[in-house]
Amino acid sequence: MEKILEVKDLEVSFQTYGGSVKAVRGVSFDLHKGETLAIVGESGSGKSVTSQTIMKLIPMPPGKITGGQILFNGDDIVPKTEKQMEKIRGKEISMIFQDPMTSLNPTMKIGTQIMEGLIKHQNMSKQAAKTRAVELLNLVGIPMPERRVNQYPHEFSGGMRQRAMIAIALAANPKLLIADEPTTALDVTIQAQILDLMKDLQSKMDTSIIFITHDLGVVANVADRVAVMYAGQIVEMGTVDEIFYDPRHPYTWGLLASMPSLDNDNKADLAAIPGTPPDLTNPPKGDAFAARNQYALAIDFEEEPPMYQISETHFAKTWLLHPDAPKVEPPEAVKKRMRQLSSTFDQAVLMKEGK
Amino acid sequence: MAKYIGKRLLYMLISLWLIITATFFFMRIAPGNPFTSEKQLPPEIEANLNAHYGLDKPWYAQYGDYLLKVVKWDFGPSFKYKSQTVNDLISEGFPVSFILGMEAILLAVAFGLILGIIAALKHNKWQDYTAMIIAVAGISVPSFIMATFLQYFLAIKMGIFPVARFETFMHTILPALALASTPMAFIARLTRSSMLEVMSNDYIKTAKAKGLSQGVITVKHAIRNALLPVVTYMGPLTAGILTGSFVIERIFGIPGLGAHFVTSITNRDYTVIMGVTVFYSIILLASILLVDIAYGIIDPRIKLAGGKKGE
Ligand SMILES: Nc1ncnc2c1ncn2[C@@H]1O[C@H](COP(=O)(O)OP(=O)(O)OP(=O)(O)O)[C@@H](O)[C@H]1O
Ligand code: SF4
Ligand SMILES: [Mg+2]
Repeated sequence: MEKILEVKDLEVSFQTYGGSVKAVRGVSFDLHKGETLAIVGESGSGKSVTSQTIMKLIPMPPGKITGGQILFNGDDIVPKTEKQMEKIRGKEISMIFQDPMTSLNPTMKIGTQIMEGLIKHQNMSKQAAKTRAVELLNLVGIPMPERRVNQYPHEFSGGMRQRAMIAIALAANPKLLIADEPTTALDVTIQAQILDLMKDLQSKMDTSIIFITHDLGVVANVADRVAVMYAGQIVEMGTVDEIFYDPRHPYTWGLLASMPSLDNDNKADLAAIPGTPPDLTNPPKGDAFAARNQYALAIDFEEEPPMYQISETHFAKTWLLHPDAPKVEPPEAVKKRMRQLSSTFDQAVLMKEGK
Repeated sequence: MAKYIGKRLLYMLISLWLIITATFFFMRIAPGNPFTSEKQLPPEIEANLNAHYGLDKPWYAQYGDYLLKVVKWDFGPSFKYKSQTVNDLISEGFPVSFILGMEAILLAVAFGLILGIIAALKHNKWQDYTAMIIAVAGISVPSFIMATFLQYFLAIKMGIFPVARFETFMHTILPALALASTPMAFIARLTRSSMLEVMSNDYIKTAKAKGLSQGVITVKHAIRNALLPVVTYMGPLTAGILTGSFVIERIFGIPGLGAHFVTSITNRDYTVIMGVTVFYSIILLASILLVDIAYGIIDPRIKLAGGKKGE
């Protein structure tokens, strides 16, 4: 499959009064055409910063890309100027934000907000853009689009605004869509509708999607692959099956154990991960998760673990995969669903630095 | 919309009636009368004068007379200048004050907005600091000091502008500047903070994610939203410029309504005080109505109550 995006060793930091916050610390992943990658992780783990950096939307300054590459269709985005980025944003890569209540301009008609991108990227006339805006509203399932184009955001419900946001994002047929928690602010039934809509549109337009969420339940429905982020790093990455049925990283275990499910509605079983993420101004020596990890080994406080490869598609960054590491049992809630996957290597393979 | 404006006009009439009534009774409570002076007038003459101006009638008759006249747009004669009516004074003085006021409002709004927007776009850079120093100076220096300052340097020392009077366009510049400095500084600060607030909003990020340039984002998305608090301030601004002009007109010897107003107070010229107060009130109420209508046009979320739902 064709690779549309390759992120290599990306590092982003923010200059603040308290020092420099290392929000993204060496993130690497890639994305194929038509594929959906979910990025999950706690609040503050760097999901939004990672994804916004792909469009260079983080405020610079205080933000700065301190290392790495972002290859979009083989072309590095990092050195590009604002003017060059304007041709990529909205046309090649689009973004949907978390809160549909605040991400639309309250004093501009919905139609105009959709038309802007069309006029900019597809050189459409006002009239043509308006016709297309009506089509797009129809496409995202907004009834009476001819009337709705002329309305303002406050006349839309939350779910409809998010549909309008999707229309804006898809207006210029982008090849990559980044959805940063697009359903978190919506209630459950609307969430499901929006997810269905996104999947439906993806299959029609063959868009690749990066889907950010901290709800693992959503992930199973939308994603092909999952990247688990912790403290600015990807600590485990694999296909949905690999992450759900054969997780290797204790942080992933923690996330899975704290996920509500039908057969697990007993509150006591929902173990939240204890403690808080580390301060990214001074990331700890060793593994960033060690202090919160009940399985932590002595080496975890000394040296950062390398990435191990468990299958063609499955990677985890934990010392537990070291051949000499003691065998540990994941928590009960996770163990219940563990199964042997056929693709798994016999032995975890240590990956060379900077693969 | 028409229904809304009709409703607002009705409220305006009620406020106006309250203002007229209040001024009428305050005037009566105030000690002394227009004929009080160092020299005691012979009682017969005073009685004559009172009769001539209707001051001998009981208060309710005077009040009724006055209301009736105001409705007919007749503010009566001036007590002090025998040959002039209050209507004469207003139609003479107001055009001058109006030109001065409009010029000042234009200056204040135009430069205030420009300074504020530049400061916000160049946040924490030298342009921002410069604009804010100008703003702080403008706010802390009262207009009458600004007026004397301008007169001294630009008119007397450098001779660029005439010192006083109100004859040509050049004459209008210094008083308008003096009058505009404080509100301009205010608008600059308001615009800056409002722009900064708006620029940090999610929808600005959405606009950027669409690939729009910084310029287009500023003009199409930021300014309109940032304008809302500024528009709200336009009501008090008009009031400020009107009242501010009393002093400025005195300093520059401008024969405007403000100057007449101040003189009429020292002269206890009842009819002039009342007439001008009523006239100012009408202008203020009208400008507040205009501001509200403008606000409704800029912000679609505001439904002008009583009007039809925006289609
Ligand atoms: N403009 C900024 N200035 C300073 N620090 C920032 C800035 N933006 C983000 N950060 C820091 O970067 C880190 C990662 O933030 P990010 O928003 O990516 O988290 P997230 O994973 O998206 O969390 P959430 O689930 O809450 O959205 C946080 O520690 C945050 O404080
Ligand atoms: S490397 Fe150590 S601290 Fe980090 S997740 Fe693995 S066992 Fe826990
Ligand atoms: Mg986020």
